[in-house]
Amino acid sequence: MNIQKSTVIALCSVLEAALDPDKQISSAEVAEKYGISPHHLAKVLRRLGRAGLLESSRGVGGGYRFCGNAKRTTLMDVIALFEDKIVEPDKQFEKQYATAVERAIAQVLVEIDETAKAVFNSITIATMIGLIERQGRSRP
Amino acid sequence: MKANNKTKTAAAPPAPASAPDTPADYLIRPVRAGDLEKLIAVDAQITGIQKAEYWRQRFRGHVARKDQSSHFLVAEKNSAIEGLIIGEIRDWEFGTPPCGWVFGISVRPEARLSGVATRLLDALCASFRLAGMTKVRTLLVSDDLLVMKFYRSQGMMAAPIITLERKLD
Repeated sequence: MNIQKSTVIALCSVLEAALDPDKQISSAEVAEKYGISPHHLAKVLRRLGRAGLLESSRGVGGGYRFCGNAKRTTLMDVIALFEDKIVEPDKQFEKQYATAVERAIAQVLVEIDETAKAVFNSITIATMIGLIERQGRSRP
Repeated sequence: MKANNKTKTAAAPPAPASAPDTPADYLIRPVRAGDLEKLIAVDAQITGIQKAEYWRQRFRGHVARKDQSSHFLVAEKNSAIEGLIIGEIRDWEFGTPPCGWVFGISVRPEARLSGVATRLLDALCASFRLAGMTKVRTLLVSDDLLVMKFYRSQGMMAAPIITLERKLD
């Protein structure tokens, strides 16, 4: 499975903000923490803002905070903003490919995508926060 | 069955009618024969399917097990059954070491979002722990997002088991 860099940045940004929804997160700090370009991060944040997951403020000390519903928002809701192929695995492979080899490979790839979709759909931001906290306790 | 009983304090004042339910409003206890008809009705309400004979068999199977490996708990409030959980300790199921399995959990829609399912699962896990188990597992269809989200929220992750199937044509 191929997840775009923008999607990973989006997930990190949302989770960083959701860990403390009352706190304004500095986008510069997030860019530095995850080694991503501030320009790329800004584009991702804009999209997340349009989707109603983040609220941003401009200027000195500006940043963003999580404004979604952590118990209702799933990883798939975030991923779907950036990845079209995972959202709708292409099940039309029988028509698309001329050879049995290509169709068999496509069938396996669809199975992988369907499994990934089920996992992403079942994990909410609140569940991820619990996971992050447990990870933090086991290895600070 | 042991250690599943969690009783409410007798002196606790009744909550006002408008107050939202809390997990403490529910009594989690082992199923009894007198619960059977209520369970059948609760399941029919949740699933939309009447499965009376299935539940009677389930109950008989549970009672017949004398080795403390089968667990069948209900959540009760004001003498009404609001939820249930069924689990069992299975040895070497699918070649895996002994662990606790959750076969099913259900909570009436009106009782959801009040922590009942969490209490049911906690009680079942407590019984598994007492029996020396270190893991709890379940199996569910991949599009059952409501239940899957619940299990995920309880910290459950993918097990090293893959289900496979094929058509028999």
